[in-house]
Amino acid sequence: MSDMKLTLKVWRQAGPSAPGAFKSYPASANEHMSFLEMLDVVNEDLQEQGEEPIAFDHDCREGICGSCSLVINGSPHGPKGGVTTCQLHMRSFKNGDEIVIEPWRAKSFPVLRDLVVDRSPLDRIIAAGGFISVPTGAPPDGNAIPVAKEDSDRAMDAAACIGCGACVAACPNASAMLFTSAKVVHLSLMPQGQPERNRRVLAMVNAMDEEGFGGCTNYGECQAACPKEISVENIALMNREFLRATLHDRDGAPRVAGTM
Amino acid sequence: MNRFRALWQSVIGKKIAMAGSGLILVGFLISHMASNVLVFVDPAKLDAYAEWLHGFGGLLWVARGGLLFFLLVHILAAYQLTQIARAARPTGYHAVDYRVSTYAARTMRWGGVLIAVFLVYHILHFTTGTLHPDFHPGEVGRNVIEGMQVTWTAAFYAITMVSIGAHFWHGIWSVFQTLGLNHPAWNSTRVTVATALTLLVAGGFLSIPVAALLGLLP
Ligand code: HEM
Ligand code: FES
Repeated sequence: MSDMKLTLKVWRQAGPSAPGAFKSYPASANEHMSFLEMLDVVNEDLQEQGEEPIAFDHDCREGICGSCSLVINGSPHGPKGGVTTCQLHMRSFKNGDEIVIEPWRAKSFPVLRDLVVDRSPLDRIIAAGGFISVPTGAPPDGNAIPVAKEDSDRAMDAAACIGCGACVAACPNASAMLFTSAKVVHLSLMPQGQPERNRRVLAMVNAMDEEGFGGCTNYGECQAACPKEISVENIALMNREFLRATLHDRDGAPRVAGTM
Repeated sequence: MNRFRALWQSVIGKKIAMAGSGLILVGFLISHMASNVLVFVDPAKLDAYAEWLHGFGGLLWVARGGLLFFLLVHILAAYQLTQIARAARPTGYHAVDYRVSTYAARTMRWGGVLIAVFLVYHILHFTTGTLHPDFHPGEVGRNVIEGMQVTWTAAFYAITMVSIGAHFWHGIWSVFQTLGLNHPAWNSTRVTVATALTLLVAGGFLSIPVAALLGLLP
């Protein structure tokens, strides 16, 4: 077990309207620790010295809840790709490294404290999508509704989104298109998602715009940062869904939301 | 019409407007490049081509008006999307690590501004002749050859053509994605199409100022 000495440069901010600044801390770790465990040790030291521990979000620590959210050396969830911060191990770093740790940066994600941001805009985009019409009662026969394997696979891939917001953090435009498209597409590809298909995409894109996220310039940074490797193909599908729904939907919900 | 307004009010609709108007401008550039390289064949052929175009009279103005309209749509959408994106990230990162985005993608905005500046200069240079050292109306081939003899002019053209190439490349690749055409079976073809068109169009344009700088124009 090789030990490493690191220098952390961490964004500290006492509250939503307090000014923030970077502070440096020495840290030691071994290569088997997760990134969050490394921070836990730093926090224990801080507490012993009577200092405020570094606040960061975490819950499941196994890559499924989407709570953890750190920009590590400029990359959301760190340099590895395809993992969340909680699944990132210290073997991705070397002895002597300086590691810069910042919160997700977006106007729609205000910093609450240190590295914790408010990601409720993502919940509101999901809520705007509304319900799907599923008859309740006795369970239906298995395979009563045929679904092409290819479609169910793609829907499942989109549904892997854990809503962590790394796509927003990674995008130079702070766009939530990858997140929103994953949520739109995992339903639009399935028969169960058809009845509300048009109004769902209209409402979710509307909510996304109202929350103040940017648009897509096809940089591709979102896909590279996504711990679940959600594909930008979903963005293309959402664009198509949105265009179709805006031009075809019989109720035609004209928008008044946009400011421009 | 309400539905077009509804489209324009979303970031997706603005992007679709950019894609559509961009495609039309790409079409113009292909025909413009193809006619420009006539200067290598015979400068008189360029004159004849220009005369043929001017023969359309009123229709030529319709085409110019259309191009100008789509150019303005393109610029307006780009401007508004830039404003929205800037507002969406008021505080940037201390450490920046781009993993996959290309230089072409990240310079779309300033590249676009350079093209707009170039366009004003270009029209004053070759269409009105205002900024041309020795302009002869109707003698298009001669105007190009003499205009390109000025070293800094040829250099400015050459630099702009490279930047147009970058803009063009990301634009063409990206237009498929924006219009919803992303499919694993076709994605590598998208890149091939973008690269081939860029080499053809930007390369064709570039050949003229480069030939002038090397003293190879007739
Ligand atoms: C080496 C590069 C280029 C050369 C030598 C060239 C040459 C010319 C010439 C000679 C004209 C005047 C034609 C006439 O009066 O009949 C012209 C017009 C024009 N060019 Fe170019 N061009 C080049 C690149 C470009 C590029 C890259 C763009 C677009 C971004 C562009 C946009 C235009 C426009 C908008 C006009 C005005 C068309 C009109 O009069 O209706 N050109 N060009
Ligand atoms: S803590 Fe749950 S995904 Fe990282």
